[in-house]
Amino acid sequence: MLLNKGQLTDWLNQLMQAYQVFAPIKEGDYFCFKQINSGDQATLNYTNSKVPPKEVLFPRSEKLFCYRCENDGVQLTEQIDESKKIIVGLRPCDAKSFLLLDGVFKSDKYHDPYYLTRRNNTVLVGLGCNQPASTCFCTSLGGGPFATEGLDLLLVDIGDRYVVEVLTDRGRELLAGMELPAADQEAKETARRVKEGAALSTQVNLEGLKSKLDVIFYDPIWDLIHEKCLGCAACTYTCPTCHCFDIVDEAEGNEGCRIRNWDACMFPLFTLHGSGHNPRPTGKERFRQRVMHKFKYFVDNFNAIACVGCGRCIINCPVNLDIREVLAEIQGSEVRSDKQ
Amino acid sequence: MKNPYLPLPMRLVKNFVETEDKLIHTFTLEFLNEEDEKSFQYLPGQFAEVSVFGVGEAPFGIASSPTEPGHLKFSVAKVGVVTTTLHQLPEGTILGVRGPLGNNYPIEEFKGKNLVVIGGGFAFTTLRSLITYILHPDHRGDYGELTVIYGARNPGLLLYKDELAEWEKRSDINLICTIDRPVEGWNGRVGFVPAVTKEVAPSAENAYAVICGPPVMIKFTMPVLEELGFSPERIIMSLENRMKCGIGMCGRCNVGNKYVCKDGPVFTRAQLNQLPNEY
Repeated sequence: MLLNKGQLTDWLNQLMQAYQVFAPIKEGDYFCFKQINSGDQATLNYTNSKVPPKEVLFPRSEKLFCYRCENDGVQLTEQIDESKKIIVGLRPCDAKSFLLLDGVFKSDKYHDPYYLTRRNNTVLVGLGCNQPASTCFCTSLGGGPFATEGLDLLLVDIGDRYVVEVLTDRGRELLAGMELPAADQEAKETARRVKEGAALSTQVNLEGLKSKLDVIFYDPIWDLIHEKCLGCAACTYTCPTCHCFDIVDEAEGNEGCRIRNWDACMFPLFTLHGSGHNPRPTGKERFRQRVMHKFKYFVDNFNAIACVGCGRCIINCPVNLDIREVLAEIQGSEVRSDKQ
Repeated sequence: MKNPYLPLPMRLVKNFVETEDKLIHTFTLEFLNEEDEKSFQYLPGQFAEVSVFGVGEAPFGIASSPTEPGHLKFSVAKVGVVTTTLHQLPEGTILGVRGPLGNNYPIEEFKGKNLVVIGGGFAFTTLRSLITYILHPDHRGDYGELTVIYGARNPGLLLYKDELAEWEKRSDINLICTIDRPVEGWNGRVGFVPAVTKEVAPSAENAYAVICGPPVMIKFTMPVLEELGFSPERIIMSLENRMKCGIGMCGRCNVGNKYVCKDGPVFTRAQLNQLPNEY
């Protein structure tokens, strides 16, 4: 189907009748996903957002429940967000990240109702990447600038119009009442050329990486590889698949809330025991944990790499520590025997 | 499916100073709602997240046994914000509990086997649960000989002194308590747990060893157990790591690809041998 760019605002305004709509908007010198209250706020000519749209489903800070202590008990009020949402204009890599987060928040034994309720109530309208950034490497991880995995609709920008690829029934419902024309031959041809032209400049060789990581936990390579890392956690806070969190209470008098906040494996306090013992005491162990978690442990547990190649950790690292180089170094490194 | 973050309301009915140095208190909690008590089905070795509303929550091994209905017990060292507050709470305070969490000691596998339980310091909590469970008349017949070696720096730091005295009198448990250095009035053994284990030399024949204690005790007891012939599959340990969610999502308690909260806290030595030493 074809959507004129001029129709976008009207379409979003129409969707806002029934949904909270989240779209990329410009804030300062970067883009982020925010709830919009007018269709013209959505800015779809962007490369990617600073912070991934995962914060729509898994906010940086959210109330789990509120409580009021009474003499003979405690009143708990769950804070589950059941509103219907649409994320418009997210990139295919970020859509894929939701599929990875699903595994974390839904196990056989436990379901995280906060993430899962939002997830089930959110429709994803993707935007293909005509011009991937130099830091993008999604194709190395099975994704692509126009990958549709996890999306309900995909918009392909062909100049003055979008070719709308309908991927699910939920996606189709969003177009009800729009009476969009089918994509004509010319539009299809343009879309094909746009997709062909969206080449990625970098490839990361992941072949055999997992079996290397299986045996290099004690390898001296980690002594060097982490050295310039400051432990600032910019990589984890801007990563679409990082999901670590802290839980704290905020209270005044007899009332309060239990809140969860994003947390990061790059911080020393993350694993510090009450006794003072820390299983990951230095930057080396913490950096190793981040690499191992994404490229080995997650693969062991979910049969997928916990990286979608969005490149945010590369862009946002204050010391230019590039995960692609780290992986190349591991790949090129001679595998020594894994002894303590 | 139930919201795993919502604590069940419980009343603190006893805040008992357990050790001479006053750093360990044992808390007895009762469920406010009968249906919560019914739904809270646990086994020795499991843990729970205890909430002090307004301060936060922290994970503790459950020291009571499912054979002691009506309440839960936790023995807690005063180390951080939540535990310090907990120590000061008056009886009657309403607390919250999430759980039971994690796996349990393999009590089914233990059936028909002899058991050697080795504990050190205040890591004796879930071992108390296990021992109490096995000593219960409904269960005692399912298990063979029960040997318990329990060490502390001095007699005042042993947990559950009244119960130790009762176990001492029984013929179906061989209890060996030891302290690090001689103290006047102490008639038990003197010496570190690894050395005492070597002296007692419990047979590995048809037996499992369950060991919980400070890292240094575990480090030096391991070779003794190996020498006695306990295979890594038959040495059972319980890990502790910092936790928040307790359900495998918050990402901090992992050791390699295993989460202490949901894959543990109970692991065999053989399982731990496959994991990195990040605990």
